[in-house]
Amino acid sequence: MRTPFCTLMVEAASNPELVFLTGDLGFKALEPLRDALGERFINVGVAEQNMISLAAGLARSGLRPWAYSIAPFVYARPFEQIRNDICLHKLPVVLVGNGGGYGYGVMGATHHAIEDYGVLLSLPSMRVFVPAFDGDLGPIIRLLAGITSPAYLRLGLSEEPADFRLPPYAPWRLILEGGRAGATILVTGPLVGGIADAARKLSPQHRPGIWLLSELPIVEMPPAFVEDVRRSEHLVIVEEHVEHGGVGAMVAAHLLARGIAPRRFSHRAARGYPSGLYGSQKFHRKECGLDPSSVLAIACQD
Amino acid sequence: MMRRELSRQLLLSAKLRLLRMHFEAGVGHIGGNLSALDILMSLYHDALKPDDAFVLSKGHAAGAWYVALWSMGVLGEDDLKTFHRDATRLSGHPPCGGIDSILFATGSLGHGPGLASGLALAKRLQGKSGRVFCLTSDGEWNEGSCWETLIFAGHHRLANLTLIVDLNGLQGFGTTREVADLGSLAEKFRAFGWRVLEVDGHDIAALHAALQPPSAPDVIGPSVILANTRKGCGVSFMEGRMEWHYLPLNQAQYAQAVRDIEQGVARPAGEGE
Repeated sequence: MRTPFCTLMVEAASNPELVFLTGDLGFKALEPLRDALGERFINVGVAEQNMISLAAGLARSGLRPWAYSIAPFVYARPFEQIRNDICLHKLPVVLVGNGGGYGYGVMGATHHAIEDYGVLLSLPSMRVFVPAFDGDLGPIIRLLAGITSPAYLRLGLSEEPADFRLPPYAPWRLILEGGRAGATILVTGPLVGGIADAARKLSPQHRPGIWLLSELPIVEMPPAFVEDVRRSEHLVIVEEHVEHGGVGAMVAAHLLARGIAPRRFSHRAARGYPSGLYGSQKFHRKECGLDPSSVLAIACQD
Repeated sequence: MMRRELSRQLLLSAKLRLLRMHFEAGVGHIGGNLSALDILMSLYHDALKPDDAFVLSKGHAAGAWYVALWSMGVLGEDDLKTFHRDATRLSGHPPCGGIDSILFATGSLGHGPGLASGLALAKRLQGKSGRVFCLTSDGEWNEGSCWETLIFAGHHRLANLTLIVDLNGLQGFGTTREVADLGSLAEKFRAFGWRVLEVDGHDIAALHAALQPPSAPDVIGPSVILANTRKGCGVSFMEGRMEWHYLPLNQAQYAQAVRDIEQGVARPAGEGE
């Protein structure tokens, strides 16, 4: 998503308040943005704590800073600066983390971001955006350009299936209608692409319905999703994020607060490194049961 | 704000008010507040202009800041009476929101220099005038984040930024020399391209001179004022003693401290440590 992200940010660069900070990353990706922003594009060096405090100072002065790095370096390393300098003051700083979940694959555990939004959503006023497809970026970036609170944008790789008809961007989207006998799957993140692609090949009567959630925390649930939960035998929540602080717990709490109990509930989440071995993003998903066949096996079992 | 001539009488009233506030609240941190008070009073009555901004990085000197703001008429007597009590605006470290002069909640060390650099960078990008000041402690320079900012502000030549380091020589659990001796901070700042001034942080005339805007040929980078101070300045039994980072005053100690301050027992910086 870095290339479409950069293209869209170049379009947003005409806003004189926009300032883009990077922690020395963006080679072969952000050069057009650097050229478009001039002095408002600042490579702060490998110094993420300072980057976040700088961003807070810029935002306090009325500017709209974006702070970019590989995901863990933008939310884990400078966590206290995010907490104290940005969130306590509800400043409109946009944190951009590239490589959400296991996105950096075999680069190793230090580069993975599998607890990012759970950690960040524990902070006051924080909003999180998890685009699943390249096409989600436009509406999200336009929204972020005017946001009045701290925000985190988790970038990954779009896995949009070929010839797949996506509904327009919305925080909640039903992207594959399920059969009357099918489960309901709710996914956050680009891994929805592979799951939807596999699910659409199942019989229309028995295939699961697939919902995609792209904005957190949950503000309200669409009635159609609630109806699907009531109707189906099984609610399966899938996310490339650890269980703690994840979408699974958030959705469960919302449903319980409304007196809605799914007849059956499964949660597939990142589980770290079960075998102690490393590999591609696909490898790690498979190890955690996040690959399409594992997810559908859970969703389609009686 | 009500800027006043920084007379001996005004300084004395601020010191006495600071002592009383801490005594009545029954809280510590008085030592590091007394080392910072002359600097804060100089900033507010002698240096800060309407376009300028200030960040207190050593948030544990919030009491001295509140008293400086009280002396400017920003905070009232009723505010100071609530210090450290339930439902106060004046928490032990600077609060977020509610007091316009306090731009950032601080207290965890190592944040102020980066925040101040952000404010200074914003002024540059927005073409705005004004300077940004930030007061740090000396123990705070153990924090890696401070050095990140030192590199950044030097590299970007943020000439509208002035850090002040309250060099009282004592940190949380030892002297700065014992814990992590940084040797000459002046040499280190210079090596990173900073303009360095060294002053007695209790000498009002010296602070006045150091806080003036640098003359044009000097403006090549950010400035740092290394202010040699004494923890517990002006109170005989506190000066240079680490326990006054933490201890509250009892009645007898408070009475003695008031007598010391009123009689001006302060020694010149550097003596008796």
